[in-house]
Amino acid sequence: METLASFFAGWQSFITENGPDFAAALWVTIRISLFSVVCGIGLGFLAELGRRIFPWLRTPVACYVEFFRGTPLLIQLYLLYYGGPRLGIVLDAEPAGMLGMSLYAAAYFCEIFRAGFDSIPEGQREAAHCLGIRPWRRLWRIELPQMAQIVLPPSVNQIITLIKDSAVLSIITVAELTKTATRIMNISFEIVMPLCLLALLYWFISEAVAMASNRLEARLTRHMAR
Amino acid sequence: MSEGGFILSIMPQLLQGAVTSVLVALAAIALGIVLGIIVCQMRRSSMWAASKAAGAYISFMRGIPVLVILFLLFYLPSAINVEVPSLLVAVLALGCNTSAFQAEIYRGGFNAISIGQIEAAKTLGLSRMRILTRIELPQVLSLTGPELINEFIILFKNSSLISVIGVTELMRRSEQIVSATYKPVEVYTAAAIIYLAVCLCISRLGKRLKGKH
Repeated sequence: METLASFFAGWQSFITENGPDFAAALWVTIRISLFSVVCGIGLGFLAELGRRIFPWLRTPVACYVEFFRGTPLLIQLYLLYYGGPRLGIVLDAEPAGMLGMSLYAAAYFCEIFRAGFDSIPEGQREAAHCLGIRPWRRLWRIELPQMAQIVLPPSVNQIITLIKDSAVLSIITVAELTKTATRIMNISFEIVMPLCLLALLYWFISEAVAMASNRLEARLTRHMAR
Repeated sequence: MSEGGFILSIMPQLLQGAVTSVLVALAAIALGIVLGIIVCQMRRSSMWAASKAAGAYISFMRGIPVLVILFLLFYLPSAINVEVPSLLVAVLALGCNTSAFQAEIYRGGFNAISIGQIEAAKTLGLSRMRILTRIELPQVLSLTGPELINEFIILFKNSSLISVIGVTELMRRSEQIVSATYKPVEVYTAAAIIYLAVCLCISRLGKRLKGKH
């Protein structure tokens, strides 16, 4: 009984002391993840669209995707953060992390959109062309609505992966969740509590995103359910 | 020294690191396959507690970053004064992480096997263990082959993170060379090319395996 009471007292004092730090760090993680997801989707979509419209873009985009999917995020961040200044790109840790994560995310989203575009039969494009429907209208009214349900599940997986990958930014000293937890470990000599809280927070975020996306998916495919 | 000459001169050291990376990744994927199959069997079992425990394990391991698993396994033992070698921690962390993803992959594979086969095997008097090793697993592994290869590529890239706990693999080697020569662009580009080459090799290998079936 006494050990239980001291256990709770230990956690209580830990949370009151370090709670604000963790909350601030959580916000940094969410901010970085959101930014890189939005930029990654935008950039990935543009790259895929560009590759479909302009044949000369095919090789550069393929090389881009291959490089960012074939190398670890950590090395891309090192190249940007430590190698960047030599090439005239001087960035603070957080902007460098955001930029690196966005470029990394774009390569994955580009592949997801490719699968989406590939899933639409060529005949529909030809039919739209024959009916005199303009390419933009075709994209907006015919291709994108059908792509949505094919693109959504892998996109959600990718978003969760990106949130988890943002932990890597701690290595280039961005003050996000993981960095804050290790910093608190170093100054308070407390090991178990910061690490457990860190793991639980990530677990909670991943589960929350997964649950929200299940709802969204059910809504989007409502017309198919019986 | 010219740029090309410099990169050639550091290549042997980098390749040495790459060998460690590949070996750790191989050990972790082997651990992941074994753990993944066990967890998947637990998840599919009719025992409530086993199934729920496996579900929680899968959800937790998939829900937290590899880096955090690495920290948990590296620092928690030291809280009770147990020294675990960092190489072992690296293999365990990467293996646990991939096992959760593999368990989900195998679940799809097991579900794809028609129930009639299992019923037939039971009627013929095969033991449960024999059904698993002789009938289910061969089919599951060949069905999920492409996804396993994909998982191995992800695992190999994640192996760059073990540099943080002091395992001298490709990433840490390049960090050491950078701090000695201060040429980050050249060294990290060379390391990135090695990572890329290994990943391409693995995916080529996967395509060839797929072609055989």
